[in-house]
Amino acid sequence: MENKTTIVNLTEEEFVYPGNRACSGCGLSIIYKIGLKALGKNTILVVPPSCLTVLQGVYPVSTTKLPVVNVTFASTGAAATGVRGAMKALRKEDVNVVAWAGDGGTGDIGIQALSGACERDEDIIYICYDNEAYMNTGIQRSGTTPQGVLTTTTPIKGKLQQKKDVPAIIAAHGIGYVATASAAYPLDLYDKVKKATTLPGPKYIHVHSPCPPGWNFESRYTIKIGKLAVQTGLFDLYEIEDGRFRLTGASKKLKGRERKPVTDYFATQGRFKSLDKDLVARVQAQIDAKWANY
Amino acid sequence: MHIIDSGNVAAATGVKLSRAQVIAAYPITPQTPLTEKLSEFVESEELDAQYIPVESEHSAMAVCIAASTAGTRAFTATSANGLLYMNEQLHWAVGARLPIVMCVANRGIGAPWTVWNDQQDTIAQRDVGWIQIYANDHQQIIDSVIKAFRLAQTVSIPVMVCYDGYLLSHTYMPFDLPDQEKVDEFLPPFKAANFLDPENPGNFNPVTLPDVRPDQSGTTRPGYIEIRHRLQMDLRASLEVYKEIDADYKKDFGRGGHPFVEEYKCDDADFVAVCIGSLSYHLRDVIDAMREDGIPVGVMGVQLYRPFPDQAIVQALAGKKHVIVFEKALSYGNQGALYADIKSALYNAADRPTIQNFILGLGGREIKTEQLLAVLREACAKPGTAEDTPRWVGLKL
Amino acid sequence: MTTENFEEIISRGTPGPGDGGRTGSWRVLRPEIDLKVCIPAKTNKMACFTCWLYCPDCAVSKTIPPVIDYNYCKGCGICAEECPAGAITMVDEATPMKEEK
Ligand SMILES: Cc1ncc(C[n+]2csc(CCOP(=O)(O)OP(=O)(O)O)c2C)c(N)n1
Ligand code: SF4
Ligand code: SF4
Ligand code: SF4
Ligand SMILES: [Mg+2]
Repeated sequence: MENKTTIVNLTEEEFVYPGNRACSGCGLSIIYKIGLKALGKNTILVVPPSCLTVLQGVYPVSTTKLPVVNVTFASTGAAATGVRGAMKALRKEDVNVVAWAGDGGTGDIGIQALSGACERDEDIIYICYDNEAYMNTGIQRSGTTPQGVLTTTTPIKGKLQQKKDVPAIIAAHGIGYVATASAAYPLDLYDKVKKATTLPGPKYIHVHSPCPPGWNFESRYTIKIGKLAVQTGLFDLYEIEDGRFRLTGASKKLKGRERKPVTDYFATQGRFKSLDKDLVARVQAQIDAKWANY
Repeated sequence: MHIIDSGNVAAATGVKLSRAQVIAAYPITPQTPLTEKLSEFVESEELDAQYIPVESEHSAMAVCIAASTAGTRAFTATSANGLLYMNEQLHWAVGARLPIVMCVANRGIGAPWTVWNDQQDTIAQRDVGWIQIYANDHQQIIDSVIKAFRLAQTVSIPVMVCYDGYLLSHTYMPFDLPDQEKVDEFLPPFKAANFLDPENPGNFNPVTLPDVRPDQSGTTRPGYIEIRHRLQMDLRASLEVYKEIDADYKKDFGRGGHPFVEEYKCDDADFVAVCIGSLSYHLRDVIDAMREDGIPVGVMGVQLYRPFPDQAIVQALAGKKHVIVFEKALSYGNQGALYADIKSALYNAADRPTIQNFILGLGGREIKTEQLLAVLREACAKPGTAEDTPRWVGLKL
Repeated sequence: MTTENFEEIISRGTPGPGDGGRTGSWRVLRPEIDLKVCIPAKTNKMACFTCWLYCPDCAVSKTIPPVIDYNYCKGCGICAEECPAGAITMVDEATPMKEEK
């Protein structure tokens, strides 16, 4: 990205009111306020049940200064399609139609509707915030929970299976824009969302979203932990534009440099307490192999 | 202008005349030709609509919900398992008070698989809060679709227009094509009171508390139960609204006048057969044959099943000797749903008839005129002796 | 507060602050900015604002000096953790505010 946004030139206009019910130190809250700044006023949001539903407020108060439609858990991609269809019918095509869902709502129950929307080449932006579990219902495992993580449905051994690579699945649809981002790098996220508003067709942005209660860390460390995920090479910031993959921001800077060991990241969170040495070594080997290909 | 075509094409033509703006489409037998016809109307630019070939019925209703919330006239169609796959969405559409119209070509439900007609699919959805209109022939299909759009947007409640799969969806019959200009007069463009609007932002259908809660200005806003109570009140009030819409339609197009029940030779009848859908026209032949033998029998088709037109039903049936309810659906473990509803409506009637329930035609089992004749003859010969448990017609055990 | 006004037939929230009440009451620790250390306060330039960028609750202003809205600051401590100048300390909520406004 050429015109990089800086803190100083980032707009002061907020689209979220303070005093919402999200937890203290919530990564989603950061992503949300930054993402909405990038989207701007002429935007309609489509949201399934998730922590975002809570953040957005309980009737009759809405914490968001944009129109929002709540939809059922599995239907986000299709509902965004419906809003876009209506905008076309009403000849209001310049509106950003934005689906905003959790990792469970995206990669698990909502993947069919999202896949359909991608295949139909719908002009929508889909933002998935990945807090790596079903947080709204109390920290149950999801398809995107990493291996070894303790959740309330993997309480003793940790999750046995690997994390599902949702952005790769979406990229396999051949859509024009897939990107990853992190709550810890808000300006990188801002630029990606902003770019998405200028592109046709489906745009998918997958955002790593540290969650203090769900990941079991002190709320002050949200940014530190988000950065560690990137600095250890575990979660990479990238863009796939028209099929071309490139690392961005902090991940790009990591290229050719020594990465922090993944244990630095694991050590910060209670959810990794039951990881054994073998698994840690395997994850480190996976990261190394992945980076050898970059 | 008269044309001869299938029930599905009659429905599609009704949708075109109603100028639906967003159409979600997913194939399922026996509704599929309706969906195909609509794609033809849109591709040929006879209809200016967004045609969205979704990947499931759950998504079809999601598209309608979202498009309707955004302020457009939305339509979809389905049958059987497709309808059930939408179940969560049906509740959502009505809770959100969206004037969506959907056609359902009635079909039995698996397991085991069946593609043939009965009415278990829509009857099983009777409690979701959608208005359910049943058409008995092709003319009623096209007329009902147009009326349904006006009803839906008048009361802000979604409407299902149901018709028997194959028996109506795939058979060819002549029907009159309403004039577009007259339809435009009858059905004004859809204008939502509240819609997704960046100029006037709001959060539609967020978490809503058990109790009332003040808004920023201090005005008390309803809790969940008040919103649901309002839905029930408006559903009941929509009986009267539909009656007026039907009367208007009759004035403009010369057809209608029986929005709730359609009676045939019931005035002087002691015995009345009751059912939903095309079976009521089939039964007319049986009634005619029995009348020739001097048996005072009539038939009544229920055209609006939800909201339940209990007063019209009591008016039609109180004072009769015996009522025989035929159903192509069942509330499993109990009785036919229509039978139970009619019994309940008659409970407080001064002069209530005895009543009896027959289940037939499930999964497309052919309903033979001789069978109906035999069953009705027997029922009329021994009124009042029937048990409360439903009897099954034509079982080959 | 009026009680009879049930005219809305759907649940549609309208934008406003404080859906969760005064979330400042959630705080156990309170962030306090030392203006002698804070970069924009010290230099009188529009600079830094890391606290403003990261605050999840839009509780810090992008002004010279940055001001924390204690009505809504949940006391997460991110601003203190991320301030590059070490200008923010988290103090026990029980200690009295230095400058009462
Ligand atoms: C059909 C359906 N199944 C289950 C639920 C319950 N449910 C609501 S939110 C949620 C978890 C959401 O997880 P995710 O999408 O990751 O978002 P998060 O809560 O983590 O922010 C679940 C399981 C539901 N609302 N609807
Ligand atoms: S559980 Fe996690 S994602 Fe959900 S509101 Fe709390 S911090 Fe945010
Ligand atoms: S982060 Fe620290 S130095 Fe920067 S503006 Fe905030 S208080 Fe001042
Ligand atoms: S970052 Fe946290 S502690 Fe700092 S002002 Fe915002 S809510 Fe308060
Ligand atoms: Mg999640």
